[in-house]
Amino acid sequence: MTKAITAQSLRKVYPGNPPVEALASIDVEIQDNEFFTLLGPSGCGKTTLLRLIAGFEHPTSGKLDMFGESLLDAPPYKRPINTVFQNYALFPHMTVAENIAFGLQMLGTPKASVNATVGEMMELVQMSHLADRQTGQISGGQQQRVALARALAPRPKILLLDEPLSALDFKLRKQMQLELKRLQTETGITFIFVTHDQEEALTMSDRIAVMSNGAIRQIGRPREIYDRPADRFVADFIGDTNFLPAEVISNSGEVTRLRLSSGQEVDAHARDGAQGKVTLALRPEHAELTDDGAGLLAGTLREVVYFGTDTHFHVTLDDGSDFVLRRQNSPADGNDFATGDRVGLTFPAGAAQVLRD
Amino acid sequence: MAELSNTVSQRAARNRWLLLTPALIILIFAASGPLLITLFYSFLTPGDYGGVEWKFSTDAWFGVLMQRDIFDDTLGWSDAHLSILWRSVKLSVLTTIACLFFGFPTAYFIATRPKKQREFWMLLIIIPFWTNLLIRTFAILELIRNEGTINSILIALGIIDEPIQMLFTEFSIILGMVYVYLPLMVLPIYAALERLDFRLVEAGYDLYATRFNVLRRVILPLVKPGVIAGSILVLVPSLGAYVTPRVMGGGNQLMLGNLIELQFGQGRNWPLGAALSITLLAIVMVALLAYVRAAGNEEVKHG
Amino acid sequence: MAKRGFDIRKLRGFSGIAMTCFVMLYMPIVLLVVYSFNAGTSVAIWEGFSWRWYVSAWDNEMVQEATVRSLIIALSAAAIATTAAVLAALATTRNRKFRGQTAIFALIHQPLMVPEIVTAVALLIFFATIKVATGYTGLMYLIIAHSAFCIPFAYLPIRARLQGMDLSLEQAAADLYATPFQVFRRVTLPQLWPGILAGAMLAFVISLDDVVITEFVKSAGQDTLPTYMLGQLRRVVTPEINAISTVLLMISVLMVIAYTLLSRTKK
Repeated sequence: MTKAITAQSLRKVYPGNPPVEALASIDVEIQDNEFFTLLGPSGCGKTTLLRLIAGFEHPTSGKLDMFGESLLDAPPYKRPINTVFQNYALFPHMTVAENIAFGLQMLGTPKASVNATVGEMMELVQMSHLADRQTGQISGGQQQRVALARALAPRPKILLLDEPLSALDFKLRKQMQLELKRLQTETGITFIFVTHDQEEALTMSDRIAVMSNGAIRQIGRPREIYDRPADRFVADFIGDTNFLPAEVISNSGEVTRLRLSSGQEVDAHARDGAQGKVTLALRPEHAELTDDGAGLLAGTLREVVYFGTDTHFHVTLDDGSDFVLRRQNSPADGNDFATGDRVGLTFPAGAAQVLRD
Repeated sequence: MAELSNTVSQRAARNRWLLLTPALIILIFAASGPLLITLFYSFLTPGDYGGVEWKFSTDAWFGVLMQRDIFDDTLGWSDAHLSILWRSVKLSVLTTIACLFFGFPTAYFIATRPKKQREFWMLLIIIPFWTNLLIRTFAILELIRNEGTINSILIALGIIDEPIQMLFTEFSIILGMVYVYLPLMVLPIYAALERLDFRLVEAGYDLYATRFNVLRRVILPLVKPGVIAGSILVLVPSLGAYVTPRVMGGGNQLMLGNLIELQFGQGRNWPLGAALSITLLAIVMVALLAYVRAAGNEEVKHG
Repeated sequence: MAKRGFDIRKLRGFSGIAMTCFVMLYMPIVLLVVYSFNAGTSVAIWEGFSWRWYVSAWDNEMVQEATVRSLIIALSAAAIATTAAVLAALATTRNRKFRGQTAIFALIHQPLMVPEIVTAVALLIFFATIKVATGYTGLMYLIIAHSAFCIPFAYLPIRARLQGMDLSLEQAAADLYATPFQVFRRVTLPQLWPGILAGAMLAFVISLDDVVITEFVKSAGQDTLPTYMLGQLRRVVTPEINAISTVLLMISVLMVIAYTLLSRTKK
């Protein structure tokens, strides 16, 4: 597989007093034809990385290559990379069709060919009937499609998407998620997608890079990120997680034997040879309630919250910490536990993940 | 109830006109009224020693562009007036173009400074705008006159022997007008550029537009209203300029304003002066109306 | 790093032209100020520092008279224009559109739209008739003419201030039994004050700087500082003109800075 983007020790510091380090020495490889997502809270550096790739900003140090050749000396208009901007940035003085034609015209494409491609693109995003509208006269969802068509029209090698769905309402967002995924598969263009919405990232991406404070915390497939979070930040940012203190007893490869605060022992996943006191991450849906004394941990049931598809059980463990457990509802289920009951908690070997410090 | 609100609104209207009275009296007495009298004077006959005789005549209006042959009394085009009118329009348009050439990059430069610095740079533009026009004209005069700074330095350095004649030319008038009216071009363009969304500029570069194409296809169309406003603000006072052509043109290179003055001095033809004034006013009003319509259209298009 | 990278906001040559502009705008003014301190009689050849031209301007009777006249006119015109503008702004701001509003606005803004030379000629014609009819040739003509063209300059900042004011404060005062006049004096006026001051300063500067209208309206021997300077420009210029210019320049600069500060406090 060829690498669309390779970043090595890429660093960006904004001058000021004090200087702001937006990217702290990033290493990342993005494959060709990949739907790659940069995920993180605002200010984590994901947009900065996107702007470095687009060419709107210049790195303080480090290397940035596209298909093996350095991008750093090329101005944005010489990079075969297009952007779907967060606010769409449609030209207000041009019609829908003129917006989509702009990139091709700037590349000097013959007129007939421009018209053909613009027609094709408008069909692709189902906007043909609004070709001559001013961009201020169409809805947010339609503007989003125009922005997408405009960026795709010059057939870039890489498409950058900067939180393109954040301004849309919930239903439209769901629909556009599927549509974006379809477009990416159909065109085979590398998509680099920036978002702070973990669900969006998990649904659409081939791979995800989770970022915080200008650094990449973990890169992996959605399932890997969710089931095997590398550190506390990733585990906390993506989905709900219970954190349990534990102590390492023995260590063999990826399996680690641990002792919990209750004194019980269990096997868990670990990335590298962890030792001494560690923190375990456990997803709420991976644990089960048992009778008091039967589980790995024990505590008191504080609250039962019904959510329709599932029910959440809030338990205060005997060491004083809180634990949330989620169980899918089925018609057969009875209300077998009540608030105030003493309960036990159990989870299968390997369900918990030992976190990096 | 209806009656009560009626008297209240009547009282409000009476108060309003009462408050407006002082301003209206002054403005009618010393601004609008005299304009009407000027229009009236343009249809009278000139007196022998200035002033007018109370006799109706349309001669002044013919005199704006025509003249009577001294020998056979036939009407022909007045070459002198036509050339002054042509010079007024030509120098005003050239001044506007030059102001645009210097003013746009300056406004762009200020608009792209960090926010805190912009106020300082704008103050540098606003200060000359509020300083005496005569003083600024005088400052330029001292620079380019034959015994002025530039010529003295060039002679002292031995580059030239004779001073270069810069003053009293059409060039010196344009230089003077560009100098005094430049802030009028920068202010509205800056206001438009400050509102410009630079993400659109990024989108332009992202879509393969070079710097020139971004300027031509993205920035200029978006700040067009500011450019038009600036151009009108420079064009209008240039057309009516009096002090700058008088000081920098030295009586050889008359513009419309100087021709008007002449009729009240040596020319002793007040009706012609009045007719020329009204003509100048009409030209300026046409330019202003064209601007208002252009601005209105722009609003409809983007509204 | 080989290159500094691509700057989105930069357009080639623009900074250079901008710098040229700033130098162009200020170099003549700076030279004018510098030569006002020249010990020699030239405005081009520097012969050492001296206050002599300031002293000579101070001792020049013509300059003294013109200065006093300029100040009398500018102070009177600013006072009259500002008073009229405050009243007009109160009448035309914060209310529904009324009949004749467009005409009123056109009238108030007329001095900004009509070329100065046209107004000057119109006043010359009108006042000449009155001078013949009444025999009065005093300063009132100039004061009224200046008041008229100062009105829009005083009106605009006052109106802007008034528009930005919170209407509910006046309603609160009225609710607390203040009569309309008390509301104006105790609530409206104190808030309006910076706008009034800004308007008055603008009017003062505009009046002080006027050349064209004064030149046409003045009777014989009624030179103001600017028209005196205009007359002097026809002769051989000495740095005395520079000295007078420098003083006028300083007044304008101080006024502009004060004006900028005053209009900023409204935020």
